[in-house]
Amino acid sequence: MSRIKEKFSELAAKKEKALISYIMVGFPNERATLSAVKGLVKGGADIIELGFPFSDPLADGPVIQNASTVSLEKGTKIKKFFQLVKKIRKLTDTPLVLMTYTNILYNKGYSNFISEAKKAGIDGFILPDMSIEESKEYLKAAKGNTDTIFLISPNTTKKRVKEITKVTSGFLYLVAVYGTTGIKTGIKNYTLKAIKDVKKQTQGKIPIGVGFGVSTPEDVKKYISVGVDAVIVGSAFLKLLEKTSQNQIERKITSFTKSLKKQTKI
Amino acid sequence: MKYPKGGRFGEFGGKYIPETLVPAVQELEENYLKFKNDKIFKKELDYYLKQYAGRPTPLYFAKNLTEKIGGAKIYLKREDLLHGGAHKINNTLGQALLAKKMNKKRIIAETGAGQHGVATAMACAALGMKSEVYMGYKDTIRQKLNVFRMNMLGAKVHPVKLGSKTLKDAINEAIRDWITNVENTYYLLGSAVGPHPYPVMVRDFQSVIGEEIKSQMKKLLNKNPDCVIACVGGGSNAIGTFYPLIDSSTEIIGVEAAGKGIKSGLHSATLSAGSKGVLHGMMTYLLQDKEGQITETHSISAGLDYPGVGPEHSYLKDNKRVKYHSATDSEVIDAFLLLTRTEGIIPALESAHAIADAVKVASNHKKSESIVVTLSGRGDKDVEEVQNYLDKNVKN
Ligand SMILES: Cc1ncc(COP(=O)(O)O)c(C=O)c1O
Repeated sequence: MSRIKEKFSELAAKKEKALISYIMVGFPNERATLSAVKGLVKGGADIIELGFPFSDPLADGPVIQNASTVSLEKGTKIKKFFQLVKKIRKLTDTPLVLMTYTNILYNKGYSNFISEAKKAGIDGFILPDMSIEESKEYLKAAKGNTDTIFLISPNTTKKRVKEITKVTSGFLYLVAVYGTTGIKTGIKNYTLKAIKDVKKQTQGKIPIGVGFGVSTPEDVKKYISVGVDAVIVGSAFLKLLEKTSQNQIERKITSFTKSLKKQTKI
Repeated sequence: MKYPKGGRFGEFGGKYIPETLVPAVQELEENYLKFKNDKIFKKELDYYLKQYAGRPTPLYFAKNLTEKIGGAKIYLKREDLLHGGAHKINNTLGQALLAKKMNKKRIIAETGAGQHGVATAMACAALGMKSEVYMGYKDTIRQKLNVFRMNMLGAKVHPVKLGSKTLKDAINEAIRDWITNVENTYYLLGSAVGPHPYPVMVRDFQSVIGEEIKSQMKKLLNKNPDCVIACVGGGSNAIGTFYPLIDSSTEIIGVEAAGKGIKSGLHSATLSAGSKGVLHGMMTYLLQDKEGQITETHSISAGLDYPGVGPEHSYLKDNKRVKYHSATDSEVIDAFLLLTRTEGIIPALESAHAIADAVKVASNHKKSESIVVTLSGRGDKDVEEVQNYLDKNVKN
């Protein structure tokens, strides 16, 4: 069983939902990433998404765009990233998901990249510009190695949700709103409807995680109350990192994570 | 390739897009397939192309230039004479009309040199629609005349201050806008790039260039040209020139921007120096580093300053049907001045790349042979840029 799957069954047994946190590696530098991960683990994050920067992050809003630029300027490279993942793996068993763009994998070859990632300790991938139509090679490379987490959107048809669910493992990522990451809109009725529809359609066969614009304990509470299995918080962590000095990072991230995690226990 | 199945030209193309855009791209493909053969749509588009944009454009025998070079006969396909001053209007009229049929109220576009933005603003004004245009901040400065024109035409221009602040970043921002406003917005993409069906749709709208070349050459010489040459940014004027001649024996040459020289690393010659990758919804040749990060490009012409290229060009490069050359900034300035002085035609810096290559190619061809160069746009927008270059590089 994959670490992600195990995590969800462990949480189900405790009657808890999952808090998934996202940070960009190398933002604002590698040391900060390590401290932040320690804080996330201490604060109780159930799954950690590590963003790997791409020069053209077209699904991301200003906060993650800026973090990508800074990370690249600081010299984030694939090999160094895998070394960092290995270091993180020594600290924790928390499932680690790599979020980046298709070209980063394509460039090295899907199979090559995925096996290196798995060796380092990555459990799954999220590629926001990978559509199922183009995913054949990617899926083949990931099979038996890592989970493939696909995204759906409130405008995804029922028929497509079915197709996407077939190739998704780990959890299904429901993009809450029309927009890029970090968008601030409040919770929309169409999102609540999408959650209800997708839950009904998937019948608990795969956990549903909601992300994009989820940033406060109140947001988490609201989404959990309508029955999602996981919430994904990203830009809010990066904003916190942006304004926190190195020696405060672990402590500040721990307490923010705790405040979010609290809302996932029902 | 007539209609690429699944959007693939060989291995190139496809649709690598966020899920939110999938329904929009599907809706676009369905409507495009429906209207492209619709009699009324075709008649309307034809009307605008003729009466509004000024088609057909002349095929002009550049006698003075030909004599000066002393090789094959050079003909210029005068897309520079179109309304707006570039081939871009062929595509914007087609897509704006399609958007109107699809009941889309809001049009967004990206622009590099500003020519596509201007052509979008014009088509939207003519068809009574609102447009917003994303343009790299660096380009808003080097092509500021076009920013004024867009403003006057009623388009809202958003300068993009991210990344390299050029065309690729303008496309990123336009895609982000599209994701955010997907329900009411039509993305009017300006070149034969992006996710399927854009590359094939833009090619089809631009193919009027090659179709006219064929029939004009038939009238003039009763044969196809021996060679056609066009500049390649995203590749729309080039594919529009090439596609109708793909199954003929005509030699076909695309010309990329070699900037300060391919070896210098400061260029935009994607097909000449790039490698395969995924950007802006397509798999194609890209300028990228070993880690898959897209690299910054350079060209004296904003319209060619792009690290990708339309997927059909990648396909035509690999199957060797088309040869891709490149021209440096300095060769381009020479060609710009040469055409201006010999023929009294001021070409866009983009188009001057094709002229620069034609000068080389013509001298290697027999006098009995004919070369058609697509003059994709006029150079009024570039005179300041050229003057600055000349001041800096004392040449003349
Ligand atoms: C006059 C002119 N020619 C060529 C281009 C390059 O575009 P494409 O390669 O799509 O024809 C541009 C783009 O702005 C242009 O303005």
